[in-house]
Amino acid sequence: MKEILFTVTDPLGIHARPAGILVKEAKKFGSSITVFKGDKSCDMRKLLALMGLAVKQNDEITVRIEGDDEEACAAAIEKFLKENF
Amino acid sequence: MIVATGKSILNGIAIGRIKIYKTPVFEINEGTAEDPDAELKRFEVALMKAIEQQGTLYEKALKDAGEESAAIFEAHQMMLEDDDLQDSTREIITDQKHTAEYAVKTAFDSYAQMFAEMDDPYMRARSADLIDVENSVLEFLMGMDTSSLQGTEPSILVAEDLAPSETVKLDKSLLLGMITREGSSNSHTAILARSMNLPSLIQCKEIDDSWDGKMAILDGYNACVYIDPTEEIMKERSAKYEEDLRMRKMLQELKGQESVTADGRKVRVYANIGGPEDIERVNENDAEGVGLFRSEFVYLNSNEEPSEEFQFNAYKRVVEALAPRMVIIRTCDIGADKTIDYMNLDKEENPALGFRAIRICLTRKDFFKTQLRALLRATAYGNMGIMFPMIISRWELVEAKELLEECKKELLAEGHKIGEYELGIMVETPAAVLCADELAEEVDFFSLGTNDLTQYVCAIDRQNAKLEKFSDTHHPAVLKAIQMTVDAGHRHGTWVGICGELGADPTLTETFLRMGVDELSVNATSVLPLRKIIRSADLSK
Repeated sequence: MKEILFTVTDPLGIHARPAGILVKEAKKFGSSITVFKGDKSCDMRKLLALMGLAVKQNDEITVRIEGDDEEACAAAIEKFLKENF
Repeated sequence: MIVATGKSILNGIAIGRIKIYKTPVFEINEGTAEDPDAELKRFEVALMKAIEQQGTLYEKALKDAGEESAAIFEAHQMMLEDDDLQDSTREIITDQKHTAEYAVKTAFDSYAQMFAEMDDPYMRARSADLIDVENSVLEFLMGMDTSSLQGTEPSILVAEDLAPSETVKLDKSLLLGMITREGSSNSHTAILARSMNLPSLIQCKEIDDSWDGKMAILDGYNACVYIDPTEEIMKERSAKYEEDLRMRKMLQELKGQESVTADGRKVRVYANIGGPEDIERVNENDAEGVGLFRSEFVYLNSNEEPSEEFQFNAYKRVVEALAPRMVIIRTCDIGADKTIDYMNLDKEENPALGFRAIRICLTRKDFFKTQLRALLRATAYGNMGIMFPMIISRWELVEAKELLEECKKELLAEGHKIGEYELGIMVETPAAVLCADELAEEVDFFSLGTNDLTQYVCAIDRQNAKLEKFSDTHHPAVLKAIQMTVDAGHRHGTWVGICGELGADPTLTETFLRMGVDELSVNATSVLPLRKIIRSADLSK
């Protein structure tokens, strides 16, 4: 299992379109990817659920990745988060 | 005549007849279906078509209005592809044996409701996107034809609210302007209106069905609409409309042209910007680069010291988007008059002469290094300049450059890439003007900050209205200071620009060119008018 801790710096938070691209990125991998914000969580492959977390600027999220390709997946997701949010 | 007010999206005027636009209402009963499999098939087909349609709308919006407004249709497509949304619709069809129409309405509405109840205004606005994609699916399920809603004559469209897809589907050749009762200036409709350059009013609470077919003037300058305008108003606003047309045509023709005088002297016309949100304006106004990117926004929009990562992303976004054009970023210029809580700055008697800009940065070096590291990392993504404000002495510059070198070493050791960049200073103090020769040996460029320079040279506080009589923006001392700076710079191969308000003053453009100024950096909207003046100047005469 891999865990990524990330603080969102984008002024709009995790908003519609980049969230959509994040979902597409997540779908490339076989591992399960769960996003946690506070006591709420969701599957990163689900756009509306992800938007439902309402992740705002300065919010801290944790991404938990579990599966056969977790190494590659964690690296890709972390890179994507840093570049886009 | 009726005058109704709203919030104006852009300065412009539309004159024509009103067309009331009614969003089609889907009447859906809680029907049960005898054959769930058939309903499921109908849903899958309509869903596919709706997904496909979002792609078509994306292309259309991209063509009409550019990437920023087109992006929403990509997001719409992704929403339609969402597994949860699709599954909950399917469940209502198979488990509760409802019609596809009812299932779509119920499932999509509940998601729209979820967004509508969120605290964040941005997320609340996404509720409208859900309704928009819902309508798109329903349109295919119910075979609705929406093409006739706009009428056949060019008109000013009046609606309760317009969904992004409705706005894009509108025939632009029939559209003079838009007025809606709802909508926010961040709504996609407003973005579309701006990029299509359509005068529009939102939040116009007084719209009325009785306006249909009446003559009207939509006045974006005064954020109002005149229904059945008087002859006098018609005459006056028509003149303004004609003037706008002439101006826009003239400026349009200047795009892509060089900023060069009749006798061949080239000067670079750059834009001043405040953050990544201005990228679009730089492009729209065809600026040749950015001569002043005020980095203050990263400090002012935050409750705590902005991190290196946050700053890096902001700088990178601008530098990358505008590459290969030059982007000159000025380091932190906050001070005692712009206080920020987390900076814990003391109140000062004389803030203009106080603890500000480079003086803070060379005192709180760790704070400064965070910014320098972020800037250096951004150099890898385009053509960049780094500029220090409020320099008075050579040692300040030497110390700032040492810090820059220190950061560079650290970053390279950490494996970061660093690109080429130019280094410069703001010349905005009399001391810098008088020592310009020495300072020029240390840098690639000078940028004259004429606002502060005028204030310091003339000892006149520009905020003080009582001093108006004594204040002269064209004071010979200021012009002499500019000439001295240009000459000193050129003696050492340092190019010299102006990034203060004076740079946009059309009565001085020729003077600056004769002085030898290499670059003028002005508000984005002044770029094309300035280019026009430069192109009509002839220095040989």
